Amino acid sequence: MGGVLAYRRLASPLHAARAPVGAAWLASLAFAALLSDHPLLLAAIAAASLGAARAAGLGARLRGPLRLAAYAAVPIVVINLLVSRQGLTVFARLGSLGPFGQGDLTLQALVYGAVIAVKVSILIVLGAVLTLAVDPDELLALCGRVSLRLALMVSLALRMLPLLAADSQRLAEAQRTRPDGGVRGLRGRALLLGAGVGGALDRALEVAATLELRGFAGARRLRVGVRRPLSRHDLAFLLSAAGVLALALAGTITGATSFGAYPLIRCPTSVVTGALCVALVAVSMLPFLDRRGVR
Amino acid sequence: MILRFEDVSYRYPAASEPALREVSLEVSEGEVCLLAGLSGQGKSTLLQAACALVPHFQGGTFAGRVRVTGLDTRDHGPASVGAQVGVLFQEPETQLVTSSVRAEISLPLAGRGHDANAVARGVEEVALAIGVDHLLQRGTAELSGGEKQRVALAAALVGRPRLVLLDEPTSQLDPVAADELLGLLHRLNQEWETTIVMAEHRLERCLRIADRVIALDRGRIVHDGDPSSFLSWAEEAAPALQTPGARLLSLAGVGPPPVGVRQARATLRRHGLLPAGRAEDDRDGEPGAGAHARADAASPRAPAPRAARRRAAWLGGHREPFALDLRDIWLEISDGPAILKGVSLAVAPGESVALMGKNGAGKSTLLRVAAGLTDCTRGRVRSAGRVALLLQSPGDYFLRDRVALEASAAALARVGLADLADRHPKDLSGGERQRLALAVVTDGERPPAVLALDEPTRGMDREAKEDLARQLRGRAQDGQAVILATHDPEFAAACTERAVMLADGGVIADGPSVGLLAGGWYFATETARILGGRGGALLPEDGARLLEAGAAVESERVPLRAR
Repeated sequence: MGGVLAYRRLASPLHAARAPVGAAWLASLAFAALLSDHPLLLAAIAAASLGAARAAGLGARLRGPLRLAAYAAVPIVVINLLVSRQGLTVFARLGSLGPFGQGDLTLQALVYGAVIAVKVSILIVLGAVLTLAVDPDELLALCGRVSLRLALMVSLALRMLPLLAADSQRLAEAQRTRPDGGVRGLRGRALLLGAGVGGALDRALEVAATLELRGFAGARRLRVGVRRPLSRHDLAFLLSAAGVLALALAGTITGATSFGAYPLIRCPTSVVTGALCVALVAVSMLPFLDRRGVR
Repeated sequence: MILRFEDVSYRYPAASEPALREVSLEVSEGEVCLLAGLSGQGKSTLLQAACALVPHFQGGTFAGRVRVTGLDTRDHGPASVGAQVGVLFQEPETQLVTSSVRAEISLPLAGRGHDANAVARGVEEVALAIGVDHLLQRGTAELSGGEKQRVALAAALVGRPRLVLLDEPTSQLDPVAADELLGLLHRLNQEWETTIVMAEHRLERCLRIADRVIALDRGRIVHDGDPSSFLSWAEEAAPALQTPGARLLSLAGVGPPPVGVRQARATLRRHGLLPAGRAEDDRDGEPGAGAHARADAASPRAPAPRAARRRAAWLGGHREPFALDLRDIWLEISDGPAILKGVSLAVAPGESVALMGKNGAGKSTLLRVAAGLTDCTRGRVRSAGRVALLLQSPGDYFLRDRVALEASAAALARVGLADLADRHPKDLSGGERQRLALAVVTDGERPPAVLALDEPTRGMDREAKEDLARQLRGRAQDGQAVILATHDPEFAAACTERAVMLADGGVIADGPSVGLLAGGWYFATETARILGGRGGALLPEDGARLLEAGAAVESERVPLRAR
């Protein structure tokens, strides 16, 4: 189960950076993705996220999150296509959809749905990298200085992920060992989901009982430990995060990464846009070049 | 008194029957108390009441009073009681709440406001005491089951509690890890005078460290006394709670019931049923084929001809002489170690085989490869038909709300669950759930050629185990090959005729169960350890027959045949 979505210390600059710095760097990429809708910039952020994951040795372990992103992307595009009424370029007419009005499918709704799907996919990938490469206990210690309860909630949320993933895997394997190959189709998936949710509730209760006994109810703030100086990797990722934020803001302020989908698609792309995108990828990947002291 | 129950009764929410009925007991400082009883008789509930999870966390109807280290659990919840009491439950997975071992052990101290130096010192000390200091830098997700259990114990003990409550702490562990854990608890009790209250099914493991045994039946205390008096009581009133050693002496008609192997041997020697001197001194030589052959002949369990007959009968109607044939199986993880290293194993139709070995030896993986659930990286898997695999958690098979919807009527009848067809699977007992899972995986028009079971007796009481052993023997008699991974030598002895020992991904011993389960120590049955492996007697009934015939004095100890 350790291989699913659990933090494991690897020899990479991202793992070597302290947890708050790693989290801040990932947050800067997430912020950039949320700030702009420009497809080129989103593509650059996606490339930076995947490149970072690969450079951190997480390539193979991102398969699951990427599958999840693909599953999430399809309904996002379809739903936006069906519900958006702002586009002008109709490419298919479905007729009356009852209470939902006329089912006119527009190119603008399709493109904007795809933009949202890419943004969600980037956030899923960054979330997975956070889970896999940032030590949750260091984050716990950080949050614990404010509130130990908050820290435990964060830690538990991160710990429950691999636990529940392992439970789901066990349920699926049990189904595979049935002579009929197990449940299939939509109803089968619903049954599996029901069992998974039931199991998750049981798990949560057991973990909650353990927490009660460990004094969660009376938990106090964690005391500040010994302060460590910033390492070369901490500095590199902090500077990189600042660079990513600056580039994203510069693109928005100058309008180089502005994008509008409705009523007609407006996607101004200039040399500046291209340069910003290349710079963002380069700035994101620079900290991974220095591999000194990563073990 | 460190723990006092005063007339405590408790009923879970929506339960029709109380889980505890008028329980009164007192536990003194420094005592080691063992809770005995079949599944569902109130042992876990009693432990939960002792740490205030009942009623604060579980709800339900509570009567009476529980005082723990002077705290009345009516007024103090689990958080306050937890500062004085360490608790270790059965499932290690849910007792670890952080991602690294160091954070896990330090959490109880950090949460109670100790400064960083005190936390670091406390963690270091308990880690050294429990023997997990080498794990401090590891992630909790990377640990084996036994390591997780030790880390959870360290987290429970880091606050130096006066009372430790343990609910079947060894049920997930191999015999070596279980022995280590019990040794550790004994040391804590001896050196720190920690009071221990522990529920266990495998009483023979724990009686030697217990001062007192409390037996529960339908939520009521039915016996409370020292281990010797408990065994005498169990002989008359609850034979299912007897240890194999006590049953052996009881069947042989000698007494008193022994608390451990040494006492059993002393009693048998007193009656002239065992030769004088240490068991190891009795045997004439080192393991060898000749001695093994003689032991097989002398054994009251001589299964080889039966298997040969079944093999011959199978060959009459089938081309392949095997039900399962694994050849040179390797499983190498791309960025990790090799889990299986060239394992070869052929199982004949109707043959029953026990896979034994420490946690992580590769038993479960081998079964998964055999059933096609995991692909091997090298080697060949052939079978004469379907390989049905019963995984470790029977509950994972059940998705529907009626037993009848999970398996066909014929399959349910075969496992004796026809009468419970309208029940919800979650309402079944542990043994019944295991039988239902067995019905699910063996269901179908054609029975499977091979039935593989992964640790099927985890957390089961003796009655449920005997019932499952009967089921498996019946299937083997019908020609199905049965292969089971287990840590339970008694269960392996009751339903297999061949044992294969795995270590570090390879087979290190393979032969009749008699050879492995009578010739070892950790993986030997209690009967075999008492009799020093003489006559290949593995179960109390075999041993009693041997003793009655006076053969234990003359026959040799069965050696382990190494591969």
